[in-house]
Formats: sequence, C-alpha cells, structure tokens
Amino acid sequence: MSADPHAAGHDEIELPHASMRDYVIGFVLSVILTAIPFWLVMERPFSAGATAAIIMAFAAIQIVVHMVYFLHMSPKAEGGWSITSLTFTIIVVVIMLAGSLWVMHHLNTNMMPPHDVSQLP
Amino acid sequence: MTPPPLPPTDPVFGKLSLAALPLHEPILIFTFLGVAVGGLVVLGLITRYRLWGYLWKDWFTTVDHKRIGIMYMILGLIMFLRGFADAIMMRLQQAMAFGGSEGYLPAHHYDQVFTAHGVIMIFFVAMPFITGLMNYIVPLQIGARDVSFPFLNNFSFWMTAAGAALTMVSLFVGEYAQTGWLAYPPLSGIAYSPNVGVDYYIWGLQIAGVGTTLSGINLIVTILKLRAPGMGLMKMPVFTWTSLCSNILIVASFPILTATLALLSLDRYAGTNFFTNDLGGSPMMYVNLIWIWGHPEVYILILPLFGVFSEVTSTFSGKKLFGYTSMVYATVCITILSYLVWLHHFFTMGSGASVNSFFGITTMVISIPTGAKLFNWLFTMYRGRIRFELPMMWTIAFMLTFVVGGMTGVLLAVPPADFVLHNSLFLIAHFHNVIIGGVLFGLFAAINYWWPKAFGFKLNVFWGKVSFWCWVVGFWLAFMPLYILGLMGVTRRMRVFDDPGLQIWFVIAAIGAGVIACGIAAMLIQFGVSIWKRKELADDSGDPWHGRTLEWATSSPPPDYNFAFTPVIHNLDAWHDMKTRGHERPVGGFRDIHMPSNTGTGIILAGFCLAMGFALVWHIWWLVIASFAATIAYAIFHTFNYKRDFDIPAATVAAVEEARTRQLAAGA
Repeated sequence: MSADPHAAGHDEIELPHASMRDYVIGFVLSVILTAIPFWLVMERPFSAGATAAIIMAFAAIQIVVHMVYFLHMSPKAEGGWSITSLTFTIIVVVIMLAGSLWVMHHLNTNMMPPHDVSQLP
Repeated sequence: MTPPPLPPTDPVFGKLSLAALPLHEPILIFTFLGVAVGGLVVLGLITRYRLWGYLWKDWFTTVDHKRIGIMYMILGLIMFLRGFADAIMMRLQQAMAFGGSEGYLPAHHYDQVFTAHGVIMIFFVAMPFITGLMNYIVPLQIGARDVSFPFLNNFSFWMTAAGAALTMVSLFVGEYAQTGWLAYPPLSGIAYSPNVGVDYYIWGLQIAGVGTTLSGINLIVTILKLRAPGMGLMKMPVFTWTSLCSNILIVASFPILTATLALLSLDRYAGTNFFTNDLGGSPMMYVNLIWIWGHPEVYILILPLFGVFSEVTSTFSGKKLFGYTSMVYATVCITILSYLVWLHHFFTMGSGASVNSFFGITTMVISIPTGAKLFNWLFTMYRGRIRFELPMMWTIAFMLTFVVGGMTGVLLAVPPADFVLHNSLFLIAHFHNVIIGGVLFGLFAAINYWWPKAFGFKLNVFWGKVSFWCWVVGFWLAFMPLYILGLMGVTRRMRVFDDPGLQIWFVIAAIGAGVIACGIAAMLIQFGVSIWKRKELADDSGDPWHGRTLEWATSSPPPDYNFAFTPVIHNLDAWHDMKTRGHERPVGGFRDIHMPSNTGTGIILAGFCLAMGFALVWHIWWLVIASFAATIAYAIFHTFNYKRDFDIPAATVAAVEEARTRQLAAGA
C-alpha cells in the first residue's frame, strides 16, 4: 500500500544521508566544472575541435558529480538498485547512440549519391 | 524548398470546419449512425438505471488496482472490436479487387484503414490488455495491497483511454493517417500529408504514451518495493518477473518514441527539417529511431504472456515450473538483447554487409532464450498430470503456433532472404503469427485463467471451446495464404491486384478472417452466458484451478485490501507451499487497514489533455493554451488535496473476513 509503505513489512527504506557538506562539495565542483569550459570558450587557448572535446569531457564529469552529490547515488544506495538501474541505463543509451551513429554512418556512405551527378556509375 | 505555408486558420475553429465531416463516405456515415445509436442506447440505459453515481464513485475515480485492471481490459476489448472491423474490411477489399474491380474502398479510405488497424491493435488493444493484466495480477502475486502509486495508476489509465478516444474521434471528424502504422517520413511530413491524419496519429500516441510510461514506472516500483516479506527476487512468480522486465523495457524505450514523434511534430508544426528530404534532414534517422523503440515494444507485448504461459503450464500440469532459474535468466537476456536487433526492420535501407550481418546474428541469437523457454514448458508438462482446461488449451495452441512464427522470424533475420521478403505479405504473416499466436492466445489463456479470480465465477467451457477452435482454425486459414503470397512476391498494403491467379489465396484468407470473427463472437457469447449463469459457475473456494501462486490465497474477487495480513513467503510457489504445510487462515486479531482514497483528478486531467490533443490536431490555438493551462492548474490544485487516505476499520475487516470464513465453510 502506497500511503503506508512500511505496512508490507519491508526493510526500512533507507533515505540517502544528505549532509550540508555533500551539497557544498557538489556545488563547488559544479561551479569549477562549469567555469573552466566558459573560460576555454572566451579565451580560446586551444583549437575549436580540442575545445569542444574538452567541454564534452567536463560535461561528462559534471554528470557524475551531480549523481554522486545531489542524487546521492552510490553502489550501496537503495540496496544496490540505484547502481543497477544506472548500469542498465548506460548500457541502453550507449547501444542507442553508438548503434545509431554506426548505422547512420554506413547509410550515409552507401546510400547518399555523390553531389556531382556526372560521377554516377 | 521551404515547407508550404500553413493554410490560413480561423481564430475560433482553427482548421476545423463542416468540410471535416466525412459526409461523402457512405461507409463512415453508416458506421457513425450505428455508433451514435448504440452509444445513445448505452447512455440511456445507464441513466435509466441510475448507474452514473455508481460508475463515477466505484469505477471512474477508483484507485484500486483491481478495478483499474478491469477497466484496462474493457478498453482493450472495445478497441479490439474496432481494430478487427478494420481487418475484416481489408480482407474483403483484397479478396474483391481483382480483374479490373476497384473493390469497395476508395484509396484514401483504405490507407486510413490499414494505418488505423496497426496503430489500434498495438497501442490500444495489446498494450491496454497487458497493462490491465499486470495491474490486476502483480500486486496479488506479490502479496501487496495495491500498487505503489494508486492515483498515478488511475491517471495512467485515463491517459491511455484519452489517446484511444482521440484516435476514435478521427473516424468521424477529419481523417486518420494514411501512412502505415509507424508513419515514416517523408510521407508523414507536412509536404506529403498536409491534412490532419498524421496529427491525430501523433497526439493520440503522445497522450497514451504518458499513461504507458507512468504505469511502467508504477509497476516497477511496486514489484521492487512492495513484495511480501520473504519473497526475494528469485522467489518471485514468473509472471511477476516477466512483468518487471516488460515494464523496464517500457520505461527505457517509450521516451525514444516520444522524442521521435516530438521531432516529427516539429517538422509538421514549426517547419523544422529533421526528417525532410532536403535541408539536411534525414528520413532514415526517423526509421532508425522509431525502431529502437519499436523492437523492444514487441518484447514488451510478449514477455508478460510468457509469464502467463509459465503459470498456466505449471498449474495445469500439477508440477512446479521446470527450470525456474533458467526461465528468469532467459527473460533477462531477452530484455537486453531486444535492444540489439532493431536494424533487422530495415536491412534493405542500405547499411551494407557488416551492419546487416551484425544485426542478423543478434536477431538469431535472441531466438535462443526464447527456445529455452519453450523447452522449459515442455519439460514442465512432461510426466505432469495435465488437465486440458481452457487456459491450458490456449497454451498448447500457442506453443504450436508461436514456434512456426518464430521460425519464419529467424528466416527473415537472414539479410539476403530479407531482401526478397521485406515488406511482403510473408512479413505480415510472420508478425501476425507471433502476435496472434503469442500475445492474443496468451491473453485468452490469461482471461480464462484469472476470470474466476476477478469475478468469482468460472467462464462457460462450451462457448470457450467454440471460440478456441474458431480462433485456431481461423488463424491458420487467414495467415497461411499470406505466407504463400509473400513468397510469390506480393507486397503489403496493396489495394488492387492485376494477377487473377492470386485471388484464390485472398479469398481463403478472407474466409479465415470470417472464422476468426466467429471466434470473437463465441468469446463474447461466452462472457455473456457466463455472467447470465454466474450462480451455477460460481467458485467459492477462491482457488478453482488448484493454483500455486499467492493470488489464489484470496477470496474471489479479493477484498479491497487484498490481504488482511501480509503473508510471509517461504517458497517460490507460495500458495502451494502454504496449502501443503496446512496453512490456517487467520480469523482474528484484525487491525485497521490504511488505504488510498478515490479521486476524480485522473479522469479530469486526462479530459483536459484530450481537449488539448484535439485542439493541437485542428490548430485551435486558444483551446490549446486554455486546456494546457487547465491541466497544469488542476494538477497543482490536486497537490492541495490532503484527503488522500483513510482507514478501513478493524471491525469492517473482521466482518469481511467472517463472511469469507462462512463462504469457505459452505463450499467445503
């Protein structure tokens, strides 16, 4: 029964132990991870391609920071279910993105006619 | 090329005008008259017998998972009749349209019929049926009193119903998509489908998709959080396991459908070019994305039914399921593998040998866990005391039918063969073979199996058998000719034919569809006769089949709170274990039971969403804004409703359980 989750006799639902410290660490890390890409774009110390790659990397790191400090995910949270569902999500997303890129790349190579029509066989 | 400018729209009615009514199509006029007369009679009867209050209080606003489950089943049944009417119309058209005859359906109408048939059968028949089944059975099987989020459950149902309603409205106001059930662009783009058909398709699915996704989340949380003490994951009944995997697939794949359709609507409404032919758009990307949702979808449909077959085989063989652990692992393998096969729906699009062979092999691999399941069922039957009751008959029909469908599937998984068979009637025969032979036969097994639990009386056996034989024979008659035609190269969705040699096969297929129609009629008669003679068919024990899982421990139908005391689980077949250990029903010491209150919020919110969908289809912008604002406002208003729960007093529980004790004593 939803209104009374304990009635069904489950283990006590362990709420994530959030502390002020965690939130502050998460906030500071997020600020740093956001400020560096801004600086990279404004000052342009690297080439455009390298800058884009670095920004993507920082974004990925920031996702992890949010998950750990704001969503309180850890291998132990919720009796391991958080990490299991995260793993499943990552597998599905990777399959989807990598698969789509792979498929679309091949379609592009095989099926798009060359723009110069005189080159057609 | 820029997209054509939208036609000027009326500020009040948008694109809607009297011209949208299909007054020129006699078939639709007569259908409309039939529906209108039938609907008025039903409404009149409800009013005459003063049932509105009862329906509103006990059904429409209910948060009880059992009643919501039954409403899902009724929705599925009604939509099934509509979807089947479309099927019969196609079969007739194709059997007639030879030798210069145009048949009786104009192309514009025929194209809508085949689109509506596919969309309705998948989204508004199969999905409500399996969701209803899971809703009803899962909480009972795991010893819970309801799902985790009872209000959300009610809301999910009404969103699904609103999506179905919007799709039905298209029959009489405007038109439906003429694109096939997945609405591939560029055909579904604004340049080639400038009318409202595709918009009905998009918004019907988007509204229903909200309901499906939310109900998926709800059932996952229910299964993970509300299991009775002692029921570890590997002590869960197989049906609950397959439901869990099916709902995980729903939650992981429906967002892809939502996003893809959102991009298509941007192309149609905002002039973007995601899937257009030019300006950098790629229709191939749509096909790729929609099948990343589409392939898991077919496993969403079949997995819960694999669970049903497991329960039925074990119960009616009087044995515990053979290879429970391998069954669970096979289910989990299918769940993951179903994400790795989507390209086999478009081998012919030109990805080349390496991509095609990868997806061909993964497709063949997925048949291994499915085959393992089949052997498990056979070994469960081996040396069992098999009782050939209706659920078991449907299960055996499934095994024989589904294996053929599975094998033609492996055939289609071979890319070179697929180049010949792609989009042919062979493909049509294949997926009807697995969806009818798997999903529908499984649903009929489930309905015959759990009906006594839901209503307290068994279904009539005679009409059940009539229905069974009509369905099985009709299925083979209707679809074997399509295999043959497909091998001869006939493509799908054709309206007229030139080669008179083909006609005989279409005539046989139409006769098969007629036999299936008899099967459906017999099933409706079976329901009617059973309700009429419910006293004779009554089951007081609550366990008419000598079941093995926990739902059979309750009375039929179960009380509102399901279990007066939460059972403690020691064994996989929990109820069988309790029976053999001489379990005594507790008859005293009852306590107040905390339950959620009914609420009308679900149906009201879904009503606003239906209005919004209709307004979006017809570009009635003021109504879009008004209904959107109303939806948000009412949802916020609902958060201030603090009367969400109540207690069933211990005295009431004691009275209900006392009545049950007397019922059991009288039955013994």
